[in-house]
Order: sequence, then structure tokens, then C-alpha cells
Amino acid sequence: MDQWPLLSILIWLPIVGAILVLAFGRDARVARWLSLITTLATLIASLPLYLNYDAVAGGMQFIESHAWINALKANYALGVDGIAVALIVLTTFTSVLVIIGSWGPIQKRVSQYMAAMLVLEGMLIGIFCATDALLFYVFFEAMLIPMFIIIGIWGGPRRVYATLKFFIYTFLGSIFMLIALIYLHMKTGEFSLAAFATAPLGTTEQAWIFFAFLAGFAIKVPMWPVHTWLPDAHVEAPTGGSVILAAIMLKVGGYGFIRFSLPITPDASQEYAWVVIAMSLVAVVYIGYVALVQDDMKKLIAYSSVAHMAFVTLGIFISLALVRNYANADAARLGIQGAMVQMISHGFVSGAMFSCIGVLYDRLHSRMIKDYGGVLNVMPWFGGLFIFFSMANCGLPGTSGFVGEFMVILASFQSNPWIALVAAFTLIIGAAYTLWLVKRVIFGEVTNPKVAKFEDLNAREWIVLGSFAAAVLALGIYPKPLTDLMDSSVLQIVNALMLSKA
Amino acid sequence: MMIPFNPADLIAIQPELVLLGATCAILLIDLFIKPSQRDITHWLSIATLALTSYLVWRGAPELSSGVTAFNGMLLHDGISVVLKQFILLTSGLSLFYARNYMRERSLLVGELYLLVLFATLGMMLLVSAGSLITVYLGLELLALSSYALVAMNRDSASSAEAAIKYFVLGALASGLLLYGMSMIYGATGSLDLATITGKFGQVEHPGWLAFGLVFLVCGIAFKVGAAPFHMWLPDVYHGAPTAVTVFIGSAPKIAAFGLAYRLLEGGLGPLSGQWTLMLAILAVASLAVGNVLAIAQSNLKRMLAYSTISHVGFMLLGFVGGTPAGYSAAMFYIISYTMTATVAFGMIALLARKGFECEEIDDFKGLNQRSPWYAAIMGIAMFSLAGVPPLFGFFAKLLVLKAAIDAGFLWLAIVAIVFAIIGIYYYLRVVKVMYFDAAAEETALPLPSDVALRWVISINGLALIVLGLAWGPLFDWCNRAFGV
Repeated sequence: MDQWPLLSILIWLPIVGAILVLAFGRDARVARWLSLITTLATLIASLPLYLNYDAVAGGMQFIESHAWINALKANYALGVDGIAVALIVLTTFTSVLVIIGSWGPIQKRVSQYMAAMLVLEGMLIGIFCATDALLFYVFFEAMLIPMFIIIGIWGGPRRVYATLKFFIYTFLGSIFMLIALIYLHMKTGEFSLAAFATAPLGTTEQAWIFFAFLAGFAIKVPMWPVHTWLPDAHVEAPTGGSVILAAIMLKVGGYGFIRFSLPITPDASQEYAWVVIAMSLVAVVYIGYVALVQDDMKKLIAYSSVAHMAFVTLGIFISLALVRNYANADAARLGIQGAMVQMISHGFVSGAMFSCIGVLYDRLHSRMIKDYGGVLNVMPWFGGLFIFFSMANCGLPGTSGFVGEFMVILASFQSNPWIALVAAFTLIIGAAYTLWLVKRVIFGEVTNPKVAKFEDLNAREWIVLGSFAAAVLALGIYPKPLTDLMDSSVLQIVNALMLSKA
Repeated sequence: MMIPFNPADLIAIQPELVLLGATCAILLIDLFIKPSQRDITHWLSIATLALTSYLVWRGAPELSSGVTAFNGMLLHDGISVVLKQFILLTSGLSLFYARNYMRERSLLVGELYLLVLFATLGMMLLVSAGSLITVYLGLELLALSSYALVAMNRDSASSAEAAIKYFVLGALASGLLLYGMSMIYGATGSLDLATITGKFGQVEHPGWLAFGLVFLVCGIAFKVGAAPFHMWLPDVYHGAPTAVTVFIGSAPKIAAFGLAYRLLEGGLGPLSGQWTLMLAILAVASLAVGNVLAIAQSNLKRMLAYSTISHVGFMLLGFVGGTPAGYSAAMFYIISYTMTATVAFGMIALLARKGFECEEIDDFKGLNQRSPWYAAIMGIAMFSLAGVPPLFGFFAKLLVLKAAIDAGFLWLAIVAIVFAIIGIYYYLRVVKVMYFDAAAEETALPLPSDVALRWVISINGLALIVLGLAWGPLFDWCNRAFGV
């Protein structure tokens, strides 16, 4: 056992860094460098997590447990499985790029911005580490505060509306989850997720708990029809906020489904899987069409996020039918694996897309598609990268976007070919809205004289977009390290699904 | 009948005696000092509260066993120790927050300190009352001092109006309470709460008890400020000088918890099947009225007053089970609420200037630009009131919700969270004006130079985070007090 409490370090290092930034960051340069050092240190600290995680054994590792509230048997209990490791590394990686990306664009109250980002990073890592439901909930809710501040202070013109909507909407969902957690605590007498997973629950109880969890996580993902906060929040958030929101915060919802809904309410999840699957398919098709008609680039990517995240929920819930109705555990593993790969991939792709839009926004201060055109002529490098990320966004083989979607569609096909058919529509619709965006923004003649004066990427932007591009490409060509990392953890989840709890 | 006097009883009320003696001494000392030396009164009062707190601590009986004094008139148990400590703490905090504000308005008179100290004495009596008489005695000492405190700014019409309203409605509530008590006395023939509980079952006219209970519940609802008996609360909080609002909005809430607990559980515990339902209805009404009406307020003090009503509703969730675990959760809740409310009201007092009350929500515009530190403290208080983890207020909400669910009131818990979500909005609005709006000209005034005030409010604010991360010991303390 590692004697270093690695997970605690990962959670608290950014938070301590945030306090230091607030205390000494009166000079913006100090604040920036201090935040960069903190996020880099966190990234480096997260590498041993990946390297030392025993993927063959699977299960929870790096376990830490300290008594927190004895009266409720709530513990400061941390642990990670392969799924969590992948998401933590995604978080630490993206956070570094977000700090670098915010170097220039954020000029107002730099130390507060950086501190909020660092606190957010710590909270997100905490969510992926927590194996105690109360601790999870605390991180889950607490992360709203820094995000609320980030959108509200550094956001666009309608930032107050957007941030209030974001906060209240997500709070609404998760507080129902809190009631479910208290109910489970009443049943089991503790807050550990392992105890929740083994507690016998009747079908009615499971159904209520399932829908309480669904309220919490569906809003976070967000699934159609509770996605409406996302376009507003994305459009108004500063670039860094959008990147964190799309790349990591949305993943919390998918992670919650895997960590809570599946193990705690397997029977209800099976019974109502059709609800989630139907919502996912609606999102894939309908939201795809909604994305098509957007004239705001950020909104377009936001809607495309909703459509892509629908693959995550589809993959997770299709596995239930596969396990229970067809006894096809291999396909179920494929579904959950695909959902996870899709989450990681979407983290990179959407983070990159929002960073690209940030690059354009910094030059023209507009997000409207019609203001651009012919960017490739003045920014060839940027144009190339933008096209590359767009290809990844519409799932071109060889990029990471392809792998997850393909796995999910493959798994769905074994359950019901019709579901797979509808899901596969994304390849057409996704290509339509993404490529049309590329056509209007990147290609064509330069019509706007301001666009003609654009300068190509600076070194800072190169680092951000280049890193994202490397990640997208690596995951697309050789996803095996990622799937190996998660394989036995996913297997354990699938095995648990076979057992009824009622 | 000759009632034997046991000198050992004096030991049990030693803290109260010391507080009384010191208050009288301060009264005399204050007469002989110049107004410019009012700081002497200030620090003497703080020292008195600290000394009393120490004596309560030292004299604490084995928690949950408890001793009685004066033939059961006073109860000295774990519950009274916890409540007294927090009453003394919040009274002391409000004195810190009051000084600068009152001095700038030439209201810093000795009476402020004396009335607060007397009110504190009343609250201490109230929370260790073992008989209907001591309950009433403590309550009236608290109430009369509070009426005078609200009228402190006698040249202000709104302050006088608030005081009259407070007095009339407070007197009405006392009347209801007394009437209920007389019914209970008539039914059981005793004023002693333990005897009343013991006689239950042998009562000739159980209807009288139920009748009395209704009046008691109404009286209690008036005093804690639960809807639909909340009308006085917004006007009083709004009309009173902010420094006084800090006080009446904090410590008396803890005492009101003691009042409710002593009368309902201590005296009428066997009737809990009836009063839990009444409290459940009061809780729903308070949550609805408090949260919905708070949205419409533009005055921060008024908004916080309505928010108080909703928090009282939350506290009552702990009562509906009628179990020690529930009371413990309710006590934890009320402690959490007062600790947070002192920060919120204290911040209004801190930012106010001579001629500028800083009590409109818009007066907080752009506070983050002027003073990031105080904006953060106020933000913490607002998020804590809203019940966002990892702050103190969240865990208090968690515990009362758990208490309600454990008691089988799942519907009540769901109603409560629905209103909690509505409540989020108006707390967030305060954060919004502080962080997202630009400062208006007239609010850009320098901050006060009172160092003690700055430190105390900062520590108070940070305590909300610390107690949020490590609330176990406090919760254990509450649990031990109730023998959970």
C-alpha cells in the first residue's frame, strides 16, 4: 500500500493552491504562475495514480478512510477504480490547459478567477474519489459555488441569468438525490457506497430512489429534456469555464449513473432503462437538429455536447437490457466501456472545441458564426486544428470521437438493431452541423475586414490546442491503454448487475 | 406549606447569580463613567459573558443525567448547558457587532449592554426551566428587555413602530401561553413540568390538556416566529436598529428552541402524537411563507427576517418525530442558524455608516471590488443559509431532513427541500449583487476601523466553513445532551 495519501493530496493540493493564490496573487502574474504550478503539480501527482493502479486486479484502490462523523457513520472515505482514475487524469490534464488558456483572456480579478478554477479542480477530483455518499454529495454540490462565481463574474452579457439558472437547476436535481441518500442511510445505517450497493431494496423503493438519482444526474449530464441550462451556461461562461463545464462537469452525471444508479438500484434501472434510452435517442436526433440551426458557435457546441453525452447514457443503460434480457455480458461490457471512452473523448474534444472558439472570441469578441468566414486564409494552423477537432466531433475514425460512439452503437445493436440505427444517425447529423460550422467559419472568402487582421495562434494557444490534439489522436488511434485501465472495473460493475436486489 | 431551602441549589444557579450580580455592578459602574469611556462597559459586559460561560462549563453536570434545583423549578442538564453556551456566545457576538454601529448613531448607551445582559439572563433561566413559572419568568425577562432594545433609537419612527408591534404581539403571545398554562395547571394541578408529565393518564379532564396544548403551541409559534404567527417578525427585524436586530435575530432563537423543547417534550411529551402534527403544519406554513415572501424583499434585513421564518420551519422538522435524535438535530439546526445569522446581520451592521444604513440589498453592490474579504464572508453566510455544502448550514439541513424522514415524515422532507430550492434564489441574489454587479457611488465608503469587530466577524464567518468540515464534535455534543 502506498504510504502517501495520494487521493487526499490530489483533492487538497489545488485547494491549498487556491488559498495561496488568493493570499499572494494581488499581482496577476504571480496569481497565474502560482496556479499553473499548482495544476502542474496536481497533474504530476495524478500520474502515479495511473501508473500504480493495478488494472488487472480492478476494484477500489488507493483506499483512504478516516472517521468523519461518527454519529452518522459517515467517513472521509476515498478510493478509485479504473473508471475514476481515467476521469481524474482527464481532470488534472484539462485543468492545466484551462489555466494556460486563461492566461491572456482573463484580465479582471485574476487571482479570484484562478482560485475558483483551482477549487473547482479539487472538488471535481473529490467527486471521482469519494466512496462515501455524503462526501460525494458534499463535493457534488460544493463545486457549484466556484462555477457559479466563474460564470457570474467573468461571463458574457447575460451571465447573471445564466449562472442563476445553472445553479438553481442543478441544485434542484441533486437535492432530490439527497433525500434518496438519507433514505438509504436510514436503511443501512451508514453512508458507504458499498453498503448501499449490497442493501436489499424492494422494487418500489428502488423505483423512487432510481428517479431521485435520475433527477440529479440527468440534469448534470444533461439529458434531454432537462438540458436547457447548458446552452445558456456555456454561452455566457468564459472560455475556461466552458471548457471545464463541458470536459469534466458533464462527466460527473455519467459517472454518477455508473457509481450510484447501477449498483444501488439495478432492478429499477433495468425496469426504467427504456426511459433513459428513449431520452438518449431523442437527444441524439432532436438535439442534433437543434444544433444544426444555431447561429452562435458556443451554443452549437453546447447542443452537440448534449447529443454526444446521450451516447454515454445510452451505453450505460443499454447494458442492463443486455445483461438481464440477453445474458450478453460481453456486449454489456462493451456498452459501459464505450460510454466511458465516449466520456473521456468528449472531454478532450469538447474542451478543444471550446478552446478554439475562445481563440476566435479573443480576436473578434463575437461568437456569431456569421461574423466569421475564411479564417483558414489568415490562420492556417488554427484552421487546421479546428478542422481536426471538428472531425473528431463528428466521429471520424482515427480520432477519439469514433471509438466511444462505435462501441456504444455496437453494443446497442446486440440489444435492438433499431436503437443502433437511431443512434447511428448521429454520424450524419453530427457531421452535418459540425462540417457546416467549419464551412461557414473556416472556409470561404474573408468577408469581415476584422477577420483579415487575425494573427495565427500564439505559443500559449499552441500549447493548449496542441495538447488536446495529441490526446484526441492518441485515444483515437490506440485506445487500448484506456480500455485496459477500465476493463476489470467495468467487468465488476457488469457482474454486479446480474444480481437482483429485490 | 414550608418549602425547604437547600443551599446547594445556589451552586446550581451560580452562573445565573454571577451574571445577575455582574449586570447590577455594570449598571452602577456605567452611571459613573463618561460617555466617551463606554468601552469600559463594553469590555466588562464581554468579560461577564465570558465568565458566565466558564462557570456554566465548569458547573456542567454529567451530560444527559442532569440535576434539579429549587424543587424542580430549575433543571440543569446537558441540554441547558449546550443552549446556554451558545446563548452566551451569540450574545457576546452581537455586542461586538453592535458597538461601532451604535456609537456612530450616538446610541451607544449603557442601557444597550444592560438590556442585552438581562435578556441573556432571561434566556438562561428559560432554557433550564423546570416549571411553568420559571418558563414564564425567563420568557418575560427576555421579552421585556427585547422590546426596550428595539425601541433603543427612540427618535426613529420606524424603530418605535417596530417596538410597539413587538410589544403588543409579544404580549398577546404571552397571554396565549399563560392561558394554555392555566389550562394545564387546571388539568393536572401542578406547575412542575415533570409532575405534569407524570400525571398524564390520571387526568380527570384530558380535554383540558389538549385545549391547553393548542394555546401553548400558538404561544410558542409566536415566540419562535413560525407562520402563521410570524407577522411581527419582519417589521421588528426591519424597524430595529441593525445592531439590535443582530441580537434579537440570534440568541433568542436558541432560547425559543429551549422554550419549545421544555414545554412540549418536557411537559407534554405524552401528547406528542398531537403536537407533532401541529408542528408539522406550522413547519410547512413557515417554509412556504418564509421562502416565498423573502423573494419579494428588496431590504436585506426584511429578507433575512423572512428567511428566519423559513429556518424556523426547518428547525421544526426536527421536532415532528418527537424523538431525542430529532431534538438533537433541531438543536444543531438552530445553533447553525444563529451562528450564520449573526454573520449576515453583523455584516449589515459592519458596512453601515452614519447616515447610511446599508440595509438594502442593492447597497451590497460590488462589495467584492471594495472588499473581497467581507464579500467572501458574507458569501459564505449566504451559501450556508441556502444550505450548500460544505458549509455549516448544509449539514444542519441534512440532519433535520434525516430526522423527519426517520420519523416517517417523508412528505414533509420533500416539501422542505422544494421550498429550500425556492429559497436558494434570494440568497444567491445577495451573492449576485456582491460579486456580479458594479459598485454604486454612494456605497463606496471606507470600511470601519474597529479592529475587534473585523476579527470577530471574520472568525465567525470562517467558523461556518470549519464547522461545516468538522461538525462531528458539535453534533456529538448535541447528541450526548439528549442522551442519543
